[in-house]
Amino acid sequence: MNAPAYNFAYLDEQTKRMIRRAILKAIAIPGYQVPFASREMPMPYGWGTGGVQVTAAILGPQDVLKVIDQGSDDTTNAISIRKFFAKTAGVATTTATEEATVIQTRHRIPEATLNENQVLVYQVPIPEPLRFLEPRETETRRMHALAEYGLMHVKLYEDIARFGHIATAYAYPVKVNARYVMDPSPTPKFDNPKMDNCPALQLFGAGREKRIYAIPPYTQVVSLDFEDHPFEPYRFNAPCALCAAENSYLDEIVTDDKGGRMFVCSDTDYCEGRQAAGHHGSLSAAPYKEKAQEASNG
Amino acid sequence: MADQDLLDNDEPLLVAKSLSKSFGRIAACRDVSFSLYPGEVLAIVGESGSGKSTLLQLLSGQLAASAGHVSYRMRDGVARDLATLGEAERRFLFRTDWGFVHQDPAQGLRMAVSAGANVGERLMAVGWNHYGRIRDTASDWLTRVEIDTARIDDAPRTYSGGMRQRLQIARNLVTEPRLVFMDEPTGGLDVSVQARLLDLLRSLVAELHLAVIIVTHDLAVARLLSHRVMVMKGGRVIETGLTDQVLDDPREPYTQLLVSSILPP
Repeated sequence: MNAPAYNFAYLDEQTKRMIRRAILKAIAIPGYQVPFASREMPMPYGWGTGGVQVTAAILGPQDVLKVIDQGSDDTTNAISIRKFFAKTAGVATTTATEEATVIQTRHRIPEATLNENQVLVYQVPIPEPLRFLEPRETETRRMHALAEYGLMHVKLYEDIARFGHIATAYAYPVKVNARYVMDPSPTPKFDNPKMDNCPALQLFGAGREKRIYAIPPYTQVVSLDFEDHPFEPYRFNAPCALCAAENSYLDEIVTDDKGGRMFVCSDTDYCEGRQAAGHHGSLSAAPYKEKAQEASNG
Repeated sequence: MADQDLLDNDEPLLVAKSLSKSFGRIAACRDVSFSLYPGEVLAIVGESGSGKSTLLQLLSGQLAASAGHVSYRMRDGVARDLATLGEAERRFLFRTDWGFVHQDPAQGLRMAVSAGANVGERLMAVGWNHYGRIRDTASDWLTRVEIDTARIDDAPRTYSGGMRQRLQIARNLVTEPRLVFMDEPTGGLDVSVQARLLDLLRSLVAELHLAVIIVTHDLAVARLLSHRVMVMKGGRVIETGLTDQVLDDPREPYTQLLVSSILPP
């Protein structure tokens, strides 16, 4: 009696079929939110129940899984989801973006360029970009159906009127394939250009809201803006303190109570890769390691 | 050009033919027919429950009629039956060529977004994509409805009742509609504010050559704004004619009652 305690990748086969059908429909209509019968997962809503269901439905035994949370491979959420699939599906896991075939992500797109053999699975809290402007679900669905997106610009207008520029910094609305306006999940707007014409398949799962949507490979994704206030990705004006990268998205880390702070890459795998390749930032520990080595040798 | 205008004005903008609507056994509206010409202001008066608001909803395509039909002459000059319009076309009409002024401004405005965005929403909905131009147009319209442009970034929930109503009017007129529906636009405002609003409406209607269908129980509003009056009772139109004719020389007993019930100033 050595039968595994779970079906492969936790969900039963019928559920996975149902989710795959939703995914296929989502791919067929880029940016359209497909309803699906979201299941209870052994984790609370808000921890990625949608993303986990999508990952479970597309995972095969040969896949290599990477999970990131805010760009990091070693936060609680990322580690527990990675262990969840290592246990229930027995798939190989990795932290290296290049080696992964399925990447589940919360709030970031990896810095490394993705390729055609990869699938990026986003965890989405609120799939409806018009939600805070129009509370009625019936009405937002009708607006999507009729492509009435004037309201989305009302939000951007409000930003400029209040702050002088488009202050939306994350979950920045995009238009997919010149048709549906889509919420790219709470990724920073820095990542929006990476979605455009991306070789990898991008899938979005919202567990609590029971929606799946997708951007097929090589699809046009345009960030909404005004002619006189064009879209601009935002990044702190500093190099990474550990790897000196000038073009990666940075996290701000407060280091003391006197205003001290450091900026480091949010994508830990990218940062580690650069450090291993010999790039060192102002606060890198690498020089001290070498000294310690010399001391022990001598 | 003048000939073209003359020709246009000769044809009705909106034609209602034997419109009826019943809710179960209750006939809210029975056999209403009329034509509305460009630039004409028609007041529908009557006591509450007489079917005025139902009629307004039928005319604006928000309710489907049980019998009869409404046709509207589009900007290209072709008259179309409202019932045959697709939902997308009807909503487009509502955003561009029509306006709807609600009694309660909270229904017609987005209370949480700024006045400028409220006015600009229709422009953005028809594809305006230049912040500076949208804002200029919005501030221009606020001036026209006598709202201080310094308040362009304030949300309407910080506005007084009269300002909200004027903002709602600006929001509706920004796309230069040809037909505006008004449902008790002065309801709930105090008398001096009403007077200013009516004054404003009258000048805008004349200036923009608007056709207006205004539902009101206030005969003073009808007298000030409208060219023609329709009196409704129990879902039927019982009397119709030029405003001064109906109000000064009412024929039907009910209209006489209605007119005589106004307190002398």
